[in-house]
Amino acid sequence: MSVSAPTRKETTGAQPPRLLGSASRWITMSLALIVVVVFFSVANEDWLTIVNYTLIAAIAALGLNVLSGYTGQVSLGIAFFMAIGAYTAALLGGTPPTTQNEPLGFGLSFLFWLPAAGIVAALVGALVGPTALRLKGFYLGIVTLSLVFIGEYIFLNARGITGGPQGRTFPVPAFGDFSFDQQNTVFGIALTSGQQFFLLILPILALSALFVHNVMRSRAGRAFRAVRDNETGAAIMGVNLFEAKMGAFILSSFLAGIAGALFASYTRYVIPTNWNLVFSIQFVAAIIVGGIASIWGSILGAAFVFALPLVIDHFSLLPPSSGSGGLTSGDLNALIYGFLIIVFLLFEPGGLIGLARRSQALLRKFNRHGGEGGEPAEITDLPSTSDAQLDVGDSAVTRREGA
Amino acid sequence: MAYFIQLVFAGIALGCIFALIGLGFSIIFKASEVINFAQGELLLVGAYIVSAGVFEWHIPFFLALLLGITVTVAIGLLFERLVLSRMIGRPVFSILMITIGLDIVLRTIVIVRWGSNPIPAATPFGVTSGFNIGGVHFGTNDIWTIIVTVLLCAALFYFFRFTKYGLAMRATALDQEAALAVGINIRTVYALAWGIAAAIATIGGVFLAIDSFAIDPTFGNTALLAFPAIILGGLDSVSGAVVGGIIIGLAQVVTAGYESHFANVLGAGFHEITPYIIMILVLLIRPYGLFGTRKVERL
Repeated sequence: MSVSAPTRKETTGAQPPRLLGSASRWITMSLALIVVVVFFSVANEDWLTIVNYTLIAAIAALGLNVLSGYTGQVSLGIAFFMAIGAYTAALLGGTPPTTQNEPLGFGLSFLFWLPAAGIVAALVGALVGPTALRLKGFYLGIVTLSLVFIGEYIFLNARGITGGPQGRTFPVPAFGDFSFDQQNTVFGIALTSGQQFFLLILPILALSALFVHNVMRSRAGRAFRAVRDNETGAAIMGVNLFEAKMGAFILSSFLAGIAGALFASYTRYVIPTNWNLVFSIQFVAAIIVGGIASIWGSILGAAFVFALPLVIDHFSLLPPSSGSGGLTSGDLNALIYGFLIIVFLLFEPGGLIGLARRSQALLRKFNRHGGEGGEPAEITDLPSTSDAQLDVGDSAVTRREGA
Repeated sequence: MAYFIQLVFAGIALGCIFALIGLGFSIIFKASEVINFAQGELLLVGAYIVSAGVFEWHIPFFLALLLGITVTVAIGLLFERLVLSRMIGRPVFSILMITIGLDIVLRTIVIVRWGSNPIPAATPFGVTSGFNIGGVHFGTNDIWTIIVTVLLCAALFYFFRFTKYGLAMRATALDQEAALAVGINIRTVYALAWGIAAAIATIGGVFLAIDSFAIDPTFGNTALLAFPAIILGGLDSVSGAVVGGIIIGLAQVVTAGYESHFANVLGAGFHEITPYIIMILVLLIRPYGLFGTRKVERL
């Protein structure tokens, strides 16, 4: 999204990669690790399910953010690429059929089908990209939207792979007899299915986030944002527009494919109509509510959009869906995030992350004026509050320099 | 042959509905360069209010229709005034997404109020009435769809061509700054565009509901088929929306009529994606559509 002010100082990339980072960063990381470990040991299966779905959704939201947030290309087609990943996983990793009517499966290891899910989705992205990316703005949005409908038709008819309208089961990650859907013992510790998935998904999300973070600090990442902020300007600066857009599209499809495979694998059973437009739009909602062009924003947004209804259901706060009206958890959630899309785009285009940064900046300002001793001089590099609203992508780096 | 003529007739009737929906999109786009993703949900709200008015609140059809139009026009105007007017100058992505936000809110309200199960469609004429000529059935509702579309198009043509506000709207579409300079009130123009689009959406929604005898929340997706229609016609061309709508409707109904002969190749439900395939082809070959201005940028 090209909300960044054109005069904004480009800070990303100026800083050399720091392997160890500052002390405060270490403290934050350790705290995060402690939270993870505590959650892991005390949470029951219900909570693990909620968190696992959120983490999977965060991977896809991150993928969408690469394309829509960092590169500014509207996409409503993320569900399609997730489906491609899921069905690649099903075809490669599914149990070989015993009767003729069962969908195909080659029974390969998940070490093979999980990367393949991402790669095939990326390849499909590379195939569709040249056609779709010739168009801009609304047109790209409408084309990616039609991708979802065309995909639904293909998936409903490709019975051999998708199981047709009845759907199919999806493979569970396994090492030999060590299958993630059963309780297993590792080094004398008994792990439930939810815990094993958690231990699988969290590192994948962390790796994806680290990868995206580093890409955005590289030449390619700067090209992405240049394309978003001003295409003509980017082209004049020597950015190959087509290459940059294709790069973002392929990376985005790859992450969506991985997330789709994990989602289907964790759900175990998916019908083709699950990969619909509403599913796509939920991810759009996630990145707008969480934070456009922000890694933490993708994760927060995914938690907001995908975990909230599960949490409401967990506490049985609202009656289940009946088909004849009444407020269900999904409806309440949709109302909230639909409304929040409007509110955030109007007043805080940076989403929850933007809101957090703005309040942080306010807090520091307050400390500087009211506190004793003052803050280090680097703090003056912080974007002003009005900048923080516009500056949605890169103030993380600025902030870290100040911290 | 009678079968083919039957399909063509049904296709034109369906195409007229797409044309009505597409008109709403292109009037808003022409006036303010905004693609309103919530158009389908305005249609949904309108059609639900008309149905609920007749079957739930027991008021006469035309009163219910008036109520539906009033409510959708109010939603459109409020959204334009409270939300979109603050978004002027913001990137396409944000504006598109904010209409998606409205879309989500409206659809959810409909689901919460009336549920996701279908409710019957309200109609001022018997759904099965009509007459036969040479083995071809001409349904009363299809004929009315075509008549109303023609009348509305004529009225819009008159409005754009011969009235002061129509001229103001055309001027704004042509050059916003110049229009401002000669004293045209842009806000009135935007409000008019949203009002007209919302009213047409309700009428289109009522006909769409009658066409399938019932209405459920997925109708918002059917309304998305107006996208292929307006892209085929040219996004900023009002007459293009009508021609595009009829072509898309024809293509869909004729495909649906003959696809069973090719079921082993095409599988089921091919007619649901023919509009999108046509649209992608149009975008590849002639992205500005049949009647649009040549300004779509390509790499």
